[in-house]
Amino acid sequence: MAFYNKIIKKSIWVFHVSASPCNNCDIEILDLITPGYDIERFGIKLVGSVRHADVLLVTGIVSHKIAPRIKQLYEQAPKPVFVVGIGTCTVGGATFKQSYNKAGASLDKIIPVNAFIPGCPPKPEAMIDGIVKLLGTLK
Amino acid sequence: MSKCRIPLGPFHPLLEEAEFFNIKVEGEKVVDIEMETGWMHRGHEKISETKTFTQSIFLVERICGICSTSHPFACVNAIEDIDNIEIPERAKYIRVLIGELERIHSHLLWVCLAGHFIGYDTLWMWAWKYREPILQLSEMITGNRNHYAMMRVGGVGRDFDNSLIPKIIPVLDMIEKKMVMLAGAANDDPVLRSRLKGVGVLTKEDAINYCANGPTARASGVDIDVRRDDPTAYEVVDVKVIVTPNGDVYDKLVVRVLEIIESCHIIKQCLKAFEKVQGPIINKVKEISPGEGIGRYEAPRGEVFHYIRSDGSNRPLRHKVRAPSFSNIPTYKASCVGIPLADALITLASVDPCYCCTERSIKAFDINGKKIEHNLLHLSRKKTERLQRELIPKEKSLIDGIFDLSLSR
Ligand code: SF4
Repeated sequence: MAFYNKIIKKSIWVFHVSASPCNNCDIEILDLITPGYDIERFGIKLVGSVRHADVLLVTGIVSHKIAPRIKQLYEQAPKPVFVVGIGTCTVGGATFKQSYNKAGASLDKIIPVNAFIPGCPPKPEAMIDGIVKLLGTLK
Repeated sequence: MSKCRIPLGPFHPLLEEAEFFNIKVEGEKVVDIEMETGWMHRGHEKISETKTFTQSIFLVERICGICSTSHPFACVNAIEDIDNIEIPERAKYIRVLIGELERIHSHLLWVCLAGHFIGYDTLWMWAWKYREPILQLSEMITGNRNHYAMMRVGGVGRDFDNSLIPKIIPVLDMIEKKMVMLAGAANDDPVLRSRLKGVGVLTKEDAINYCANGPTARASGVDIDVRRDDPTAYEVVDVKVIVTPNGDVYDKLVVRVLEIIESCHIIKQCLKAFEKVQGPIINKVKEISPGEGIGRYEAPRGEVFHYIRSDGSNRPLRHKVRAPSFSNIPTYKASCVGIPLADALITLASVDPCYCCTERSIKAFDINGKKIEHNLLHLSRKKTERLQRELIPKEKSLIDGIFDLSLSR
């Protein structure tokens, strides 16, 4: 495990999962990979398939319709995989707390979560900080 | 030739949001396209009934993160429509300023994604580089990069700081210059031209029949724009509506690029006015009387429509939202059929669909996890039947006697 962690720290590939968000967190994730913030400097790269991913960035309250798909995606990802919940939506639902279409009180009721980055939407700096802190916990 | 079905989504590297397309192809040619939505449904209209009017504004802001001032704009228009509330002049200028800043960054976002869809990632990165200063301007003016929370019933929540004007003008000049450059590139770059010209044509008749609106309709030669036709704050500025005749993806690009330049002009008019127009930014509204109101606003994607009914309490009794993509998305049927699959993706993206805004439908599951097919017509008939059963009085009244009489004759 230590060997794996040493390698993964150098270059993590993230996959973006939008689970009924308001789109804003998603757009801010795209902000990360474009010239303004350019996290490819740190070896962080957005990939197209969950089978290549080391980290899943999940946004949004998880609706009933999408919850089975999220579980399926989590199962498809090669383990170990880290899950980061982006935005207050994943933490507790933000303004959608009373929504009838919410599958769980928070994201970690549906799939295991390693880190939450609250904010509505969190600033790109906060996202970078969150991911770097997550990597810091790897030994 | 045999038909083949290509499923696309809900999680696909190209698509930002979760949506599902069922594309039927014959060889290379698309013969039919169906889509399934409902992945993003969050139930705003129901939640809105439990919030006060001011809280509703923050809620509808979170319908969509990209047009996050269009929904509040239409929502306050609807609430103000109930009581014919007037807003101060300075508030009008601030509303227009925020709305146009949003239009610039939303259109730039479309340009980025369109570049990404045709495999032209350079364009994506460049356009995003120009978008970033706009977000920073928004942060300076409103305090947040997105979700500005500026709209209030009767005005705006935060005053514009006049000392920001010298910082805004250079950014607008830069955007204008870059857009002229982009328009030039679209004109003589063979890659862009060959991928976009004549692709996914939406004719004027189809645009009218499918009730397309916004840039999608304007690129097909339909001259509509709520900012000019039914202005609620926009009467203080001059708006030039851009219309192009052809209806292909190239024209949609042209309309959006020209609209960005036009938005820069509108913002400059506002900035000029801020120095002269001082005064209050909000008319205090104590209560909303019972009644109904509608609000319209030209969002970057088209006309957004809010309907609010109030019963005199402090929260809406019914809140209905109709987003522009709702009528723009079905135009796929007209524009995608008959073109090669490789062009279908950019055509799908060309209307700038926003599924977060659109999704007002839901898939329900019963306790055993079985899908409950919702057919609204069926459900409404069932409800009517149930109501009839409940409402029909048990004992015969005088009026029932008449029917009995006529039957027995
Ligand atoms: S946390 Fe806020 S910005 Fe992010 S998806 Fe939820 S509502 Fe949208």
